[in-house]
Amino acid sequence: MKKPLFIAVVVALLLAFVAGTFYYRAQQAEQAGQRAYENQSVLVRAHSPVLGQADARVQIVEFIDPACETCRHFYPFVKEMLAAHPGRIRLVLRYAPFHQNADYVVTLLEAARKQDKYWETLESLLAVQDDWVEHHAVQPERVWRHVEGMDLNLEQLQNDMQSPEIARLIAQDMEDARTLNVTKTPDFFVNGKPLLTFGYEPLKQLVDEALTSAY
Amino acid sequence: MNPSKLAQDPGWTLIFIGWLVATVSTLAALFLGEVMGYTPCVLCWYQRICMFPLVLILGAGLFPFDRNVVRYALPLALAGWLLAAFHWAVASGLVPESATPCSQGVPCSVEQISWFGFLTLPMLSVFAFSIIIASLVLTHFKVPK
Repeated sequence: MKKPLFIAVVVALLLAFVAGTFYYRAQQAEQAGQRAYENQSVLVRAHSPVLGQADARVQIVEFIDPACETCRHFYPFVKEMLAAHPGRIRLVLRYAPFHQNADYVVTLLEAARKQDKYWETLESLLAVQDDWVEHHAVQPERVWRHVEGMDLNLEQLQNDMQSPEIARLIAQDMEDARTLNVTKTPDFFVNGKPLLTFGYEPLKQLVDEALTSAY
Repeated sequence: MNPSKLAQDPGWTLIFIGWLVATVSTLAALFLGEVMGYTPCVLCWYQRICMFPLVLILGAGLFPFDRNVVRYALPLALAGWLLAAFHWAVASGLVPESATPCSQGVPCSVEQISWFGFLTLPMLSVFAFSIIIASLVLTHFKVPK
């Protein structure tokens, strides 16, 4: 009689755990959708870097931290999706520089943007991210070592990096990330819908759904 | 199983209660950490180290019932209780945060959860370890060899 009791309790507890998990996830998903819907206006700002054509009907908003490893892995994946549907998807980058000193890299990228070298600089830096991120902290002098080898006007870059306009832009993005409850990077919104389950496949599904309904 | 039969075997019943408390606490900790996404602070991790093995040790002591399980489970339960009590003191401000090992990451003094306005996680942890200790001590003294 003891064993059946024991087994019944184990099964009941595990079922409660699983049911609780499903219930909690469903609730979170609903809330996330609701929050994104209510805050459409802060999803994209006029200052955000955009890749792709303005008339593309599918818009991916990515909250990115240039020092985040997963962001580095997702970047080529997102570019491939853009390449697979030319003219139909555009990518808007928002910043969520959660890593220590990551705002230094964002500042640098924004300064490079003033020289029209934004995407090249981003891609070159992501390619060697291993070298300038140590124990989840950005090492600015190592970043700079890589920047020196790039086709940039370094003096101009250093001047632009002091710009209060860039600091404001980062502060705004961080505030919008908070409003949208972006706590991990990368985080995606496709045509205003948040990515609920993290992963390559769910992201692709979300984009495919948006493509099907838009074209 | 009816209550009178459980009462006939108080040792088994006591260890079973201890196991039940450990299992519910473990699942609750996993739910908070893995499902709800709360990052455990350092002191929470040490308490987990004491609580999680109790599920297996007390479970193993039930089939067949072995009163010696008290000897193996009690050190873990006592260590866990001390950590939980210390954590409670930190969270309620009795011990300053600077005197604790939580200088990095998630501060132990932040109460992430407060149910009904007073029930915090360190408090629940103290209660859970207390019940487990009580069930083990009672088994040791009340159950004949």
